[in-house]
Amino acid sequence: MAMKIGSNEFNERVGQGIDDAFMRGAVSGAQDSMGVRRSNAAEELGNWEDWRSHGEEIRQHVLEHLDYYLEQLSKNVAELGGHVFFAETKEEANEYIRGIAQKKQAKKIVKAKSMVTEEIGLNAVLEEEGCKVIETDLGEYILQVDDHDPPSHIVVPALHKNKEQIRDVFKEKLGYKKTSKPEELALHAREMLREEYMTADIGITGCNFAVAESGSISLVTNEGNADLVTALPKTQITVMGMERIVPTFEEMEVLVSLLTRSAVGQKLTSYISVLTGPREAQDADGPEEFHLVIVDNGRSDILGGEFQSILQCIRCAACINVCPVYRHIGGHSYGSIYSGPIGAVLSPLLGGYDEYKELPYASTLCGACTEVCPVKIPLHDLLHKHREVIVEKEGKAPISEKLLMKSFGIGAASPMLYKFGTKFAPTALNPYTNGESISKGPGPMKAWTDIREFPAPNKERFRDWFKNRKKEENAHGRDDSESR
Amino acid sequence: MKVSLFVTCLGDLFQSDVGKATVEVLERLGCDIDFPESQVCCGQPAYNSGYVKESKEAMKRMMKAFDHSEYVVCPSGSCAYMFHEYQHIFKSDPVWEPKAKKLAEKTYELTEFIVDVLKVDDVGAKFEGNVTYHTSCHMTRLLGVKSAPMTLLSNVEGLKYTELPGKEQCCGFGGTFSVKMGPISEQMVDEKVQHVEETEAEYLIGADSGCLMNIGGRINRKGKPIKVLHIAEVLNSR
Repeated sequence: MAMKIGSNEFNERVGQGIDDAFMRGAVSGAQDSMGVRRSNAAEELGNWEDWRSHGEEIRQHVLEHLDYYLEQLSKNVAELGGHVFFAETKEEANEYIRGIAQKKQAKKIVKAKSMVTEEIGLNAVLEEEGCKVIETDLGEYILQVDDHDPPSHIVVPALHKNKEQIRDVFKEKLGYKKTSKPEELALHAREMLREEYMTADIGITGCNFAVAESGSISLVTNEGNADLVTALPKTQITVMGMERIVPTFEEMEVLVSLLTRSAVGQKLTSYISVLTGPREAQDADGPEEFHLVIVDNGRSDILGGEFQSILQCIRCAACINVCPVYRHIGGHSYGSIYSGPIGAVLSPLLGGYDEYKELPYASTLCGACTEVCPVKIPLHDLLHKHREVIVEKEGKAPISEKLLMKSFGIGAASPMLYKFGTKFAPTALNPYTNGESISKGPGPMKAWTDIREFPAPNKERFRDWFKNRKKEENAHGRDDSESR
Repeated sequence: MKVSLFVTCLGDLFQSDVGKATVEVLERLGCDIDFPESQVCCGQPAYNSGYVKESKEAMKRMMKAFDHSEYVVCPSGSCAYMFHEYQHIFKSDPVWEPKAKKLAEKTYELTEFIVDVLKVDDVGAKFEGNVTYHTSCHMTRLLGVKSAPMTLLSNVEGLKYTELPGKEQCCGFGGTFSVKMGPISEQMVDEKVQHVEETEAEYLIGADSGCLMNIGGRINRKGKPIKVLHIAEVLNSR
C-alpha cells in the first residue's frame, strides 16, 4: 500500500463514507472529545497565539535553510557512526531499505508508527522480500491484523473502528476470547507484540523531528513501542520526510509542546524518545547499526513554490480533528493516507491532480483548520490555491462549470447586464416558483433543490425599493417645502 | 454619518427584507444611507471556485462603485470579508492594490459597524421569542467579528437566547460547495438543523445570507416549524 488507498472514484468513496454509521459515530465522537482536549491544552499555556507564531517561525526558518540543516544533520549522524541515505524517490528509499534487509537476511521486522513509510509503501516491498513486518503502534497493529485496512487518520490510524469492531477483528484473526474493554484489548496486543520485539532482526521507525545540531532523531508516542523497536533489534532504520528537522533541542521543545497539545490535548505524551546514533560501548542497549533514510518523494518540488507552507506541517492532525467535512465522510473517502485538510492540500502535490483533483473542493473554506494549525499553515488558502491551479493552469474544471463562471464574469462585471439579469430573474424563475420558494430548480439550480428549498426572487428587488423610497422622500420633501 | 450600503447580490435579489431592515436600523441610529447603483456581486462565488480571472472584473467594479464612500456597511459577514480580501488578491497591482486597501479600511459588517463604529450596544429593539444564533465561519474566523452580534442580541428586549450546540461548526454552505459536494453538504446542514432543533428555539438568527439560505432551505424542505431571520430583521423589530 502506498499513499493512494482504494481504487474507486471519489463520489463513490464519499457515498460509502456517508453510509457507514459506525465510522461516523466513531469519528464525530472522537472529534468532539479531542476538540475539547486540544483547546483546553492550548488555553492552559495562556499565550497560545505566541506559541503558534513561534512554531511558525521555526518551521519557516528551517524550510528557508533546509539545505544547511540537512547537511548538518547528515554530517553529525555520520560522525556518530550512522549511515545516511538521501532518497529522491520512494523507489530509491524502498530499494535502499530492501538492500539492508537482504544484507541482514532479515526475517522479522518490527515497526513503530510512521506515515512516511506508508507514503512510500515500504511494508509491501519488505513483505515481497519475504520478511514478516509487524506494526507495533496499537492502531496500526489493529489495521494490519484486519487484512491491512488502510489508516483513516494520521495520528489515530484506526479512528474509524469502534472497540466492538476491534474485538471482532482480534477474535477472528488472533483467537482473542475476552471482552471489548480497551484495557483487555490493549493487553492482548501487548502480549502478542512482546515476543516479536525480542526476535526481530530490524526495527524501523519514522521520525517526529530530527535534531540537526546533534544528529538525533526523536519519537513521540504514548505506548512506548518506539522504545522497544529501537532498543532491541540489532539494526535500526529511521525513515523521515526531508522537512522534519529542527536546528537544536531548544526548537524541538517548542514543536513537541505544540504537537502533543494539538494532537491529543496532552502537555506531553507518555514517551518522548531521543536517539542519537548507534549503540556506543557504554550503552546498555540500542542498535549496533543505524540508518537514516531521508525521503524527498516530491517535497523539493513543493519547496520554493506557492505551496511551501504545507511543509511546515508537524503532522498533529488538529486540522483533521476540527474539519466538518472529514467529520461526515471519514478518512478513507479522501483516497489517500493523508486525509482531512492537510491531506486535501498535500495529496495532490505528492500524488498529482489526476488522482486527487476533487480533494481541494472537499472543503467549505470555513477556516476551522487554519484556526487550529499550531504552525499557522493557511490551509484554507492553500485549498483555494489548488482550485485556482486546477481551473487556470491545469484546465481540469468541468466545461459546464467553466461556461457558468465565464457568464458570471461577464454578468457580474457589467452593472447594466447585472441589473437586467436580476430584474428578469423573477419572470424567468416563475414557472418553477411555488409561493415563496423553488422546490425543483432548473439547470445548475437542481443540485441545490435536490437537498433544500431555494428562495423565490423578490417581486421587488432591494435596489428598486430603495430608489422608489428615495423618490417618495424627495417628493415629500418638495411637498413640505411648498407648504412652508 | 454617511454610510454606503453594500447589500450583496443575495440581499438585492432574494432577501430584500434584510436590506430594508438594515437601512431602517442604520437610519434610526442617525446614519445617512446611500446605495451605489453600480454595485454588483463581490465576486466570491467565482473566486472561491478557482475562477480568479473571471472574478477580478466584478471586484474592480465594486471598488469603483464604492470609491466615493466614507463607510461601507454590509449585512453579510462573508461578503464583507471578501471586500477585505481584495487587497490580497490584487497584491502588487500598482493600480488596484491601493484601491483595495482603501476599500478594506472602510468596510464593516453590519453588527461590527453598529458596535465598533457607532459605539451602540443597544439599538432599542423588541423581539418576543426563543432564539438561537448561528455564527458564520467567514464572519467569525476570517473577518474576526465574534462578539458584536451577541452584544446587540443580548440587549434586545424580550428575546430569549439559547446557545447552539456545535455553534462553531460550518453549516455546509461554502458557496459552490453546496452544489458541487451536495451529498456532503446535506450531511453537514442536517447536523446543523438537528442542533437547532435541540435548542427548541422558534427562530434561528444569523448574520450571513448564504448560511441562512442553506439552513433555512433545509429547514423548509424538512417542514420544520423553525423560522429563519437575519439579525438585521431582529434589530429592526420594535
